[in-house]
Amino acid sequence: MKNLNRYGYAFIAPFWIIFLIFNIYPVALTFYYSFTNYSGSGTAEVVGFANYQRLIADSYFVEAFFNTWKIWGVNFALQIVIALILAMIFSDARVKMKGLSFFRSIFYLPNLITVSSVALLFGILLDWQHGSLNMVLMNIGVISEPINWLNQPTTAQLSVSLILTWMWFGHSFIVVMAGVSGISTDFYEAALIDGANRWQTFTKITLPLLKPILLYIMITSLIGGLQLFDLPMLLTDGIGSPDGSLNTMVLYLYNQAFKYNNYGYAAAVAYGLFIITVIFSAIVFKSMYGNERKQARRV
Amino acid sequence: MIDRSEIENNVTPEQLAKRTLIPQEKKTKKRRSSVKGIIYTLLILTAVICFIPFLMMLVNATRSNDAILTGFTLIPGTALMENYRTMMEYVNIWNGFKNSLIISVLVTLLTGYFSALTAYGFAFYTFKGKNFLFVFMLVMMMVPGQLGLIGFYELCKNLGILDTFIPLIVPAVASPFVVFFLRQYIQTTLHPSLIEAARIDGASELRIFHTVAIPIMMPAVATMSIFTFIGSWNNYIMPLVILFSPEKYTLPVLMGFLKGSQVAQNLGSMYLGIAISVVPIMIAFLFLSKYIVNSISAGAVKE
Repeated sequence: MKNLNRYGYAFIAPFWIIFLIFNIYPVALTFYYSFTNYSGSGTAEVVGFANYQRLIADSYFVEAFFNTWKIWGVNFALQIVIALILAMIFSDARVKMKGLSFFRSIFYLPNLITVSSVALLFGILLDWQHGSLNMVLMNIGVISEPINWLNQPTTAQLSVSLILTWMWFGHSFIVVMAGVSGISTDFYEAALIDGANRWQTFTKITLPLLKPILLYIMITSLIGGLQLFDLPMLLTDGIGSPDGSLNTMVLYLYNQAFKYNNYGYAAAVAYGLFIITVIFSAIVFKSMYGNERKQARRV
Repeated sequence: MIDRSEIENNVTPEQLAKRTLIPQEKKTKKRRSSVKGIIYTLLILTAVICFIPFLMMLVNATRSNDAILTGFTLIPGTALMENYRTMMEYVNIWNGFKNSLIISVLVTLLTGYFSALTAYGFAFYTFKGKNFLFVFMLVMMMVPGQLGLIGFYELCKNLGILDTFIPLIVPAVASPFVVFFLRQYIQTTLHPSLIEAARIDGASELRIFHTVAIPIMMPAVATMSIFTFIGSWNNYIMPLVILFSPEKYTLPVLMGFLKGSQVAQNLGSMYLGIAISVVPIMIAFLFLSKYIVNSISAGAVKE
């Protein structure tokens, strides 16, 4: 038996060799660079915390931070509301809706398409003069003048949020539905006997029991949202136009490193982004589960 | 009153509702069907919104640049071949297709095989430091990909593998999330006595893995493979950083290249280029949609 367990090491060795080289080493190297003024060539000089001090005072990074949040926040609110409404419709035992698998597939479809293709597609669909969207809207008479979607900060951010919603609400719907179907029908029967109406059943039974699922959606969406890159990169000029409104944190990181060769500073941006992700994931986690623990203690 | 035995006999809420609401049944039924109609209309409208950008893309791909500039219609044009020729003059999209396919297939195979190997090693052997390594892997799983991007680029530069497929393929050997998922799976599906039996029959450890463990793990590996493939196919930032030569570009990077090239002058060709990158995925989804949807549900509920 003893010599057999040596195989354990052999089995996990390929994973760890590659993991050390291509994952852990780059993360550590980036950490080192974040304390240097490395510029992609020549030697790196250690500059202490200078990059991090610059990061906190950098108005472009702060702007990128808020842009990322605004774009993600609007998208998440819309996406989760749509997903919950759809789940409510399809899980209602009184109004038996048909075609769940059909609608689910159609709603999910946009999520499968390469983001860069989506960005390019909407880039030309939303074009001010020649974009099909403006032409259609003008044809049906919703607007009289073409809207310059991607050239004004507010509409540009809104466009990205809506594209993200379009891409992700189907995914959230599938996940919420999975959660709903996991809830025992006993609860609903009990609620029915007690005379609960649809809204009460939804807010008092479905929502609380969906908490773990909603938390899962929120954290995965948040982590993905904070890394928003493909859409803003390809939708406009790649540096966050119009007026810096599409400048997101990862876009800023990419441009600092590979456009302006500020590797040291970009490394600090990467770690700043990482710290922000950890903090907000922890906040989300705590706000959803913290109360519960307090209540439990009281009891 | 409804007596208890009925509830225990698995009466659906629907039947219960009928029983409790008998006096108003006719009225509610009528109202219900009209509400249903409204809901269906809204659902179909949502489905149309999901699909209309793709429809616009397909229609515009067949129309000439001039036609697109003058207005929008849903009637296909006749400029498909012309658009295709214009696009191919500047960008060889099939080459990008080929590159994406090579990378994604190899990534999926490497991830599937080595994750299964690692998961098996973690699940069925006891060795020093096992728990530490496993927890460490879980912690690293939380780290977003962009964190090491600059270090990764520098590493590839020093190894001389920039502008090759190696940095896009080889790291797939180490996919912590897939290892985690497969380990959970195999611990519940493969009983150690099966391995013992194979050992007594004189099979080598690697052979046991190949002939006993892999077949049992296959459903979970297939589930993970779909996501690995999609993730690799859609990956944009890594190939963007690593690859410089247009003939090596993957499809997502080629899309960005398309935007900056002469093709952008001809909207019909642009739409066609995008359509070519999108349609194969849509066709694949047509066949796999049920499987994909179930995989997403399973993945979410398990966590």
